[in-house]
Amino acid sequence: MARTPYRPEGIDDAFSTGESSSARPDGSSPAPAARPTAPAIGVRGMLRWMWRQLTSMRVALLLLMLLAVAAVPGSVLPQTSQDAAAVAAYLVDHPTTGPWLEAAGFFDVYSSVWFSAIYLLLFVSLVGCILPRTAAHWRALRGRPPRTPRRFARFPAQATGTSSAAPEAVADAAVLHLRGRRRVLPIFRVERGEEPATANRPATATVAAERGYLRESGNLLFHLALLGLLVSVATGQMLHYRGQAILVEERGFANSVVDYDTFENGALFDPTSLEAFTMTLDRFESEFDAVGTPRDFTAYVTVTEPGGEPTSETIKVNHPLDAGDAKIYLQGNGYAPDVTVRDADGEVAFAGPVPFIPEDQVYTSRGVIKVPDVSPGLEQIGFVGYLLPTAVMEDGGARSVYPQPGNPQLVLDVYTGDLGLDEGVPQNVYSLDTDDMTPSTEEDGTPTTIVLGVGDTVDLPDGGSITFEDLPRYVALDLRHDPALGFILTFSLLALGGLAVSLFTPRRRVWLRTWAEDGRTVVEVAGLARHDDAGLQGQVDDLLADLPGIGAGDDDTSSDDTTSDDTTTNGEADGPAPRKADR
Amino acid sequence: MSIAEFSTDLVWGAATVLAVSLIAFAMDLAQVSARRAEASRAEEQSDAAPAAESADSAGASVSSAVEGGTPSGGSTATVTATDEAPQRRRAAGIGVSTAWLGTILLGVAIAARGVAAGRAPWANMYEFTLVGAFVALVVFLGVNVRRDIRWLGAFVTGIAILFIAVAQVNFFVPADGLQPALQSYWLVIHVGVAIIASGIFTVAFLMSVLQLLRDSRDEGSAILNRRGWGWLELTPTPTRLEGLSFRLNAVGFVLWTFTVIAGAIWAEHAWGRYWGWDPKEVWSFVVWVVYAAYLHARTTRGWSGRRAAYFVLVGYACVIFNFTGVNLIFNGKHSYSGM
Repeated sequence: MARTPYRPEGIDDAFSTGESSSARPDGSSPAPAARPTAPAIGVRGMLRWMWRQLTSMRVALLLLMLLAVAAVPGSVLPQTSQDAAAVAAYLVDHPTTGPWLEAAGFFDVYSSVWFSAIYLLLFVSLVGCILPRTAAHWRALRGRPPRTPRRFARFPAQATGTSSAAPEAVADAAVLHLRGRRRVLPIFRVERGEEPATANRPATATVAAERGYLRESGNLLFHLALLGLLVSVATGQMLHYRGQAILVEERGFANSVVDYDTFENGALFDPTSLEAFTMTLDRFESEFDAVGTPRDFTAYVTVTEPGGEPTSETIKVNHPLDAGDAKIYLQGNGYAPDVTVRDADGEVAFAGPVPFIPEDQVYTSRGVIKVPDVSPGLEQIGFVGYLLPTAVMEDGGARSVYPQPGNPQLVLDVYTGDLGLDEGVPQNVYSLDTDDMTPSTEEDGTPTTIVLGVGDTVDLPDGGSITFEDLPRYVALDLRHDPALGFILTFSLLALGGLAVSLFTPRRRVWLRTWAEDGRTVVEVAGLARHDDAGLQGQVDDLLADLPGIGAGDDDTSSDDTTSDDTTTNGEADGPAPRKADR
Repeated sequence: MSIAEFSTDLVWGAATVLAVSLIAFAMDLAQVSARRAEASRAEEQSDAAPAAESADSAGASVSSAVEGGTPSGGSTATVTATDEAPQRRRAAGIGVSTAWLGTILLGVAIAARGVAAGRAPWANMYEFTLVGAFVALVVFLGVNVRRDIRWLGAFVTGIAILFIAVAQVNFFVPADGLQPALQSYWLVIHVGVAIIASGIFTVAFLMSVLQLLRDSRDEGSAILNRRGWGWLELTPTPTRLEGLSFRLNAVGFVLWTFTVIAGAIWAEHAWGRYWGWDPKEVWSFVVWVVYAAYLHARTTRGWSGRRAAYFVLVGYACVIFNFTGVNLIFNGKHSYSGM
């Protein structure tokens, strides 16, 4: 039930009806009824009609709802951009629906055609709405407050009083009070007026004041800032780069594309423009509480900018390091067992740290050691298995009970044969292709499982040996550069500010009329607000109290409004029948 | 007894006091409802006035106010919140006092929890839920200082007790330090503002529910005009409820916008990207869009009133899902429930 706020005569405009003066043209406004046959509107007419539809509030509302619904699948289904492996697993698990979903873009929801279409249409709609509104608001800003109505009796907030000062002085004081100290951005826009004497009243001085233009200003700012935000994000996408690198303790890294494990950049970024700083991981420290919950991670690094001195820095979670034009984030950490593998001829076939990937809270880490460079005539060797930082041996095998290296053990299965590396097909370094390999077995035929602690050397069943030399740590680093970040932040904050201003700025009109009568000055004040406004009566009372020479007279301020919280009903109950609202 | 145990016990104490408050508020609603039923019965006996009139005059009961708000006679049809003499609402007064007491106890419990853990007390689901209930209570009591919204008391205390019980029974984790990803002052800002926004959305949601119920009753819904629903007359008109709900939702929406921006800044610091469509980010975005749609619906012809209120319901459902479902079902970067 749409109750209509009482609208005094003479000021019947969008302000008092509650409709924004700048509301979108609405498709639902009652169409001219007498048009049974639509005339041919032609292509241009059709386009105009479509544009009007697109920029109508109703369609904007529809698009907003669609946007909310369209965003949901991306949280339910795995997304390629976040977890490509999960998408692959989903496709294996759902052979029927998976390919359909993939074709429809459900694994890349936020870059899919339909999601993009919705938000782009929304922004087109926004532009089509905002530009005319900006023009209208620009004109409104130079308009004048509405004229002082004849009668104040019906306004939701009123106050009357008498003053010992002259009417002119009272009106001037009211202007000052309403306008505030600043002339540039006045609280109220104020206009003084005079009314000649009528049959039942002497000549009066009037003040008409209006505030709340900032509301529309804030609204426009909010929407324009959203537009700026979209453009900034898109620009950042074009100019950004992001790379991941794994860095083992005491190893170095140079900022060039070949040194990254993965690297991606926007269409407009030139990879040769990378700033060639180098970085060494001096050591990595981690802290865990008694039950193994992580408490602190710190990577101590040495950074050397081109032509600069080496500087010691730290990288922590939440505290990225600025190097070159990039930020370096600590994204992960783990153990990289340093092993030496000798082949059956006793030659060192492999030596160095191999990063193992932690799979749980206690850093049970899975890894693969590939040994392709064996002596001629020998078969290649592959190891796959786990590192257990604090291993506990049990009947069924070994498991890790704590993330710190209390009793590190490598538990490895051994394969011999062809690693498949010579075919030129890129391989995942964290998985072993055992198609052309055979597991090494004990003499009784059970698969061989090697268990070795730091410093141990174990002979391999098919000849050769493996030595667990040391257990350095590694860090997974993200390097990222996005030149649009500052713009994105700025537009976000502008949007926030515009939103707050547009929602919290009260829209009020205040009028004052004062005249001399029986040797004193009578003052009448009335206030009108859009929507329900708890502070309106206070505004009117403050104004009256601030006028010069106000004394205790027949002062019946706050006639019926301070306690009752239903001003519209009061106006409706005893007032004349209100005009039917046109909404 | 450790500070952490003290905090947990005090939370139960607060829940108990709030239960007393809930009973008092409910009695208040029931008393007014009963009085109203009595009055309308008396009216039927005396002059068999059409029953519909009482429903119509619910919004503008100026006439009954003039009569001094004494519903004992046969002539008064309606009793509204504003007309009631203070001593007639003794139960509501007890409700407000006990709600204050319960809120203060809950606040002390939350502070003790923070002391025990040595950090801001809103780092996991348990603490988030407690603080959310606290904020909802504070919003209710704060608004109640300026305008009488005691008719909402039973619902706010009810939902606060529900939150506290769920937190204590289902979400409880011992007070502990923070994992590295959460060690940032953004925890205080981002999560703190998110809880405040959630608490405000909670109160606004209750108002919108009442708005829909009251509107249906006024429109002559058969179910809502049965005897048990007489307490709805205590609420303001649907238009006023809509206005109250909107104001709170507007504050909540601005705070939610800030939450999302602050979250993006923090994500940029901690994860190296400001937005990555993590499940929590997706649902925060959905919440934002739904409430944005609500604000637009309010100013669209044919969508204001009831339809806009449905947006509040959907939006609040998304807020709740964003908190519970996303934390417990999906495996994202925001998995800080501690469970």
